[in-house]
Amino acid sequence: MDFLLSMWQSMSFDNLYWGHIVMWLIAFLFMYLAIAKGYEPLLLLPIAFGMLLTNLPSDIMQPGQGLLWRFYHYGEEWAVIPPLIFLGIGAMTDFGPVIANPKTLILGAGAQGGVYVTFFGALLLDFNIRQAAVIGIIGGADGPTTIFLASKLAPEMMGICAVAAYSYMALVPVIQPPVMRLLTTESQRKIRMKSLRKVSKLEKIFFPIITVIIITLVVPDAAALMGMFCLGNLMRESGVVERLSQTAQNELMNIVTIFLGISVGATMPAELFLTPAVIGVFILGTVAFAGATACGLGLAHLMNLFLKEKINPLIGAAGVSAVPMAARVCHKVGQEADKRNYLLMHAMGPNVAGVIGTAVAAGMFISVLK
Amino acid sequence: MATIESPMAGKVLEINVNVGDTIAEDDEIIVLEAMKMENPIFATDGGVVKEIKVKDGQQIAEGEVILVLE
Repeated sequence: MDFLLSMWQSMSFDNLYWGHIVMWLIAFLFMYLAIAKGYEPLLLLPIAFGMLLTNLPSDIMQPGQGLLWRFYHYGEEWAVIPPLIFLGIGAMTDFGPVIANPKTLILGAGAQGGVYVTFFGALLLDFNIRQAAVIGIIGGADGPTTIFLASKLAPEMMGICAVAAYSYMALVPVIQPPVMRLLTTESQRKIRMKSLRKVSKLEKIFFPIITVIIITLVVPDAAALMGMFCLGNLMRESGVVERLSQTAQNELMNIVTIFLGISVGATMPAELFLTPAVIGVFILGTVAFAGATACGLGLAHLMNLFLKEKINPLIGAAGVSAVPMAARVCHKVGQEADKRNYLLMHAMGPNVAGVIGTAVAAGMFISVLK
Repeated sequence: MATIESPMAGKVLEINVNVGDTIAEDDEIIVLEAMKMENPIFATDGGVVKEIKVKDGQQIAEGEVILVLE
């Protein structure tokens, strides 16, 4: 009898409570979405599994000893993984469209307006100032940057904000088009843009070097993200370290994605996740993302007041950093109005500029709030 | 003799016309892949296809000639 009792006590059924079961169901839903529906499976699957593990009573997230805690501590709390992901994104990014049309840099910055609007909105809803910053950055629809900022300012918000940011990346084709149709007229959507000029290799090599110098001088706290991003891009454009560039884009990216996914999932124990604040985060996240889209469109309209060669205002919506989803959406919405309007490459300019914009916005929050 | 040029860079995924076909303006002529997205390219002109200048799987640049029409 004693034996059976001690067996029972060594098991963890006693420690289960209803919140755990709810979290399992959410984890199963995420797994279903990843496996059956193919929604961002590379991230959603490990995140869902991390959620499941952390909501089973065990020491796996126990500070100082649990396996997932170690992944989380050294990967995210130390803010190592997001910059490594930026290295890979840098190696994947072609800055040609930005260099050919530098005006698009302004659109990439403009869309960050949504980030700041939401920041103030979150403050009104009683989030503290650091949490509000992390919620605002969701508007950039940039997972790694959101995680990076959360690790610096509000680690308790990391899991939920990361899930929100990645959800909005997946929801780009759902959230953006209505805002885009609302804020542009049919004839504006029909504007065709002149072809982009050819960009030389030398320009592409100089771009990351000059960018990292300027941004680091202006926003030193963006150095970790932008430094890695620009290194990745230089590896790509220099053409002499093809192996490193490929590794950063593929193997390294895949490796860190595993650790990132599972440990982000592990930051969502029931006690933290099942609170009204989480609903607030998701609602504000939508506001942030729709707001960023609207700010980009608005800025494009503003620029058109001064430009002789009009730009299609739709490309302003690509100023969020979900690459290349936002650019694809611009292209599609443009083609609804005129099927011979090919905006894709024009929208890539603001889109890659948006990656820089969101990283800079995060750096600015860190410098002011740390 | 008119030509149809590519409005964007990309990789040729499908060619939907044959030499000798009569095409009209706005007909889909090829599908280009760019940014992991399939982009149908539509004719800017109508006529009889005299020559197809691109091949399946070929990477083409913006402004490159796709079709020559009679």
